[in-house]
Amino acid sequence: MRFIFKTNYAQDVNLAKHGGHVFWYSALMLLLVAAPWIFAEYWLAQLTLVLIYSIAGLGLMLLAGFTGLFSMGHAAFLGVGAYTHAVLTNMGVPFPIALACAAGLSAAVGLVVGLPALRVKGIYLGIATLSFGFIVEEVLARWESVTGGNAGIHIKKPDIFGWVLGNGEQFYFLCLVLTVAATLGILNLLRSPTGRAFVAIRDSEISAQSMGIHLAYYKTLSFAISAAFAGVAGALYAHNLQFISPDQFNILQSIDLLLMIVIGGAGSVHGAFLGAIFLITMPQAIAIIKDYLPATIGQAPGLQGLVYGLVLIAFVLFEPMGLYGRWLKIRTYLQMFPFYRKGMFKRQKSFQKSERLK
Amino acid sequence: MNEILLSAKNLSVRFGGVLAVNNVSFDVRQGEVFTLIGPNGAGKTTVFNLISRIYTPTMGEIDFAGPKGMLKLTTQPPQNVASLGIARTFQNIELFEHASVLHNLLIGRHTHRATALWQDFFFTPKAREAELKAREKAEEVIEFLSLQHYRDTFVAGLPYGVRKVVELARALCTEPKLLLLDEPSSGLNVEETDDMAFWIQDIKHELGITVLMVEHDMTLVSKVSDRVLAMNQGEMLAMGTPREVQNDPGVIEAYLGSIDDVSSLRRTANGQFNVAGAS
Repeated sequence: MRFIFKTNYAQDVNLAKHGGHVFWYSALMLLLVAAPWIFAEYWLAQLTLVLIYSIAGLGLMLLAGFTGLFSMGHAAFLGVGAYTHAVLTNMGVPFPIALACAAGLSAAVGLVVGLPALRVKGIYLGIATLSFGFIVEEVLARWESVTGGNAGIHIKKPDIFGWVLGNGEQFYFLCLVLTVAATLGILNLLRSPTGRAFVAIRDSEISAQSMGIHLAYYKTLSFAISAAFAGVAGALYAHNLQFISPDQFNILQSIDLLLMIVIGGAGSVHGAFLGAIFLITMPQAIAIIKDYLPATIGQAPGLQGLVYGLVLIAFVLFEPMGLYGRWLKIRTYLQMFPFYRKGMFKRQKSFQKSERLK
Repeated sequence: MNEILLSAKNLSVRFGGVLAVNNVSFDVRQGEVFTLIGPNGAGKTTVFNLISRIYTPTMGEIDFAGPKGMLKLTTQPPQNVASLGIARTFQNIELFEHASVLHNLLIGRHTHRATALWQDFFFTPKAREAELKAREKAEEVIEFLSLQHYRDTFVAGLPYGVRKVVELARALCTEPKLLLLDEPSSGLNVEETDDMAFWIQDIKHELGITVLMVEHDMTLVSKVSDRVLAMNQGEMLAMGTPREVQNDPGVIEAYLGSIDDVSSLRRTANGQFNVAGAS
């Protein structure tokens, strides 16, 4: 069991709270940097995909997990980012500028979508963002002169001011750098007044307001930041597949993103990564298990959807804190062994709530 | 006495057919503890919600001595109220449940934020410095209210009495000029209520913060209040020192009913049994 003796307020401000954090996150970074030499090409490609989804997940986590605003059409922001980036890249714009434009345009769209969030919440916000997702998908399909319509468009390799990232390893490092930057950005926001304002809005709007937090500003800001992250992820996604079409940004993609947050553990930065790992490895796992199942079940269409559904239901019922919550429990168990008590994580009923701000 | 900090003039608010607050006027002076009392539904919390701009009055106005002299509170957007120097607590505790006590207090420092968004995003040295400064202020409040033990505990796991104190602490973190306490002693036991009375006096004397509170516990009210305003059904009944108000015939009638009510009771009971004679 580790006891942290605090002698300085800076200890609570630092990202690494103790030596264990420094050691393990350094080890993780080392592993990720060495990954191209350790893993085969196929697994490196999967890891790249995990990183890309993590960026989108971090954005959605900020919005859904920390600000409490659920977006059911998040794939639309991914799509806006991907298409902006693809179109600009094909026009010969260097990667960093195209990426910034993709993030910027996504953020602008996020700002617009954030406006209804000031009036509607909960399931109504879900419906509003869901319909927004449909609108964007439709625009991508119909605006043929720019997006190439349902036929989709190909995208050139990333070109950083003349340095073309040709192979998978280089692209992996690009994704890694951006993921680390995105993670640090989110962590910084969360330990500063901006992030605390988001959390305040999630937990009690009325008292957030009476603490001087401008609800409209912070809600739209959360939408914009979240959309910008999705835009960056979309740009990388486009490069990863080298071909994008509107049906990659449909409702199923949105649900995948939301699934990632819920299964990873809403309200934790780790959750975005665990969710991304889950989302990418699950189809592989199902493909492997398929071979061992009787043909009537194994070859049945919709097996993946069924498994996803069951997993989601199981998480909502038994582990609402997601994979990260489960990890916390396992960690505590190991730390406290053999003194762990059964009821330690029993959820407490919260006290009565006074009327919310309409 | 001292100068006026907050002044409500002919305040009325109507929700549909209900006149929740009807023509209420009062002045809160710098450095006093001013208490609103009255039976349930008297409109006390509505007055609070008018001051913290959750509601807009149908008629009348509120003036507040802000940092730049007297201003009309009723034209301010709700999120500005805190930075003008008004902090409040809620009757049913509105804390940020999924955050630690310290985190809650730091949210209370929001109006004093010194960094822009990009500085937060990159956590520049200035952001770090601001963070440490906010922490120092929060620690002062923690020490003032003896919350050291609960600093890193999540609010969701705290007992009711402690939450009440945490909410007071969060309001103090905004460094207000006027503190609105909505039933600070509700749900507290005798001992905790005593602590609360002690803290309210400390807030007044040591921190020099003016307190406007709604309270039912008359022991607490008479212990800490300088002046009391009694309300009933949205209207003002009496104003003065706690003793004056408690002895006001109108107030007694609002709480206990009038002699007429008792005599009507006697009439209906006549024949079956005699209420007056039974005692």
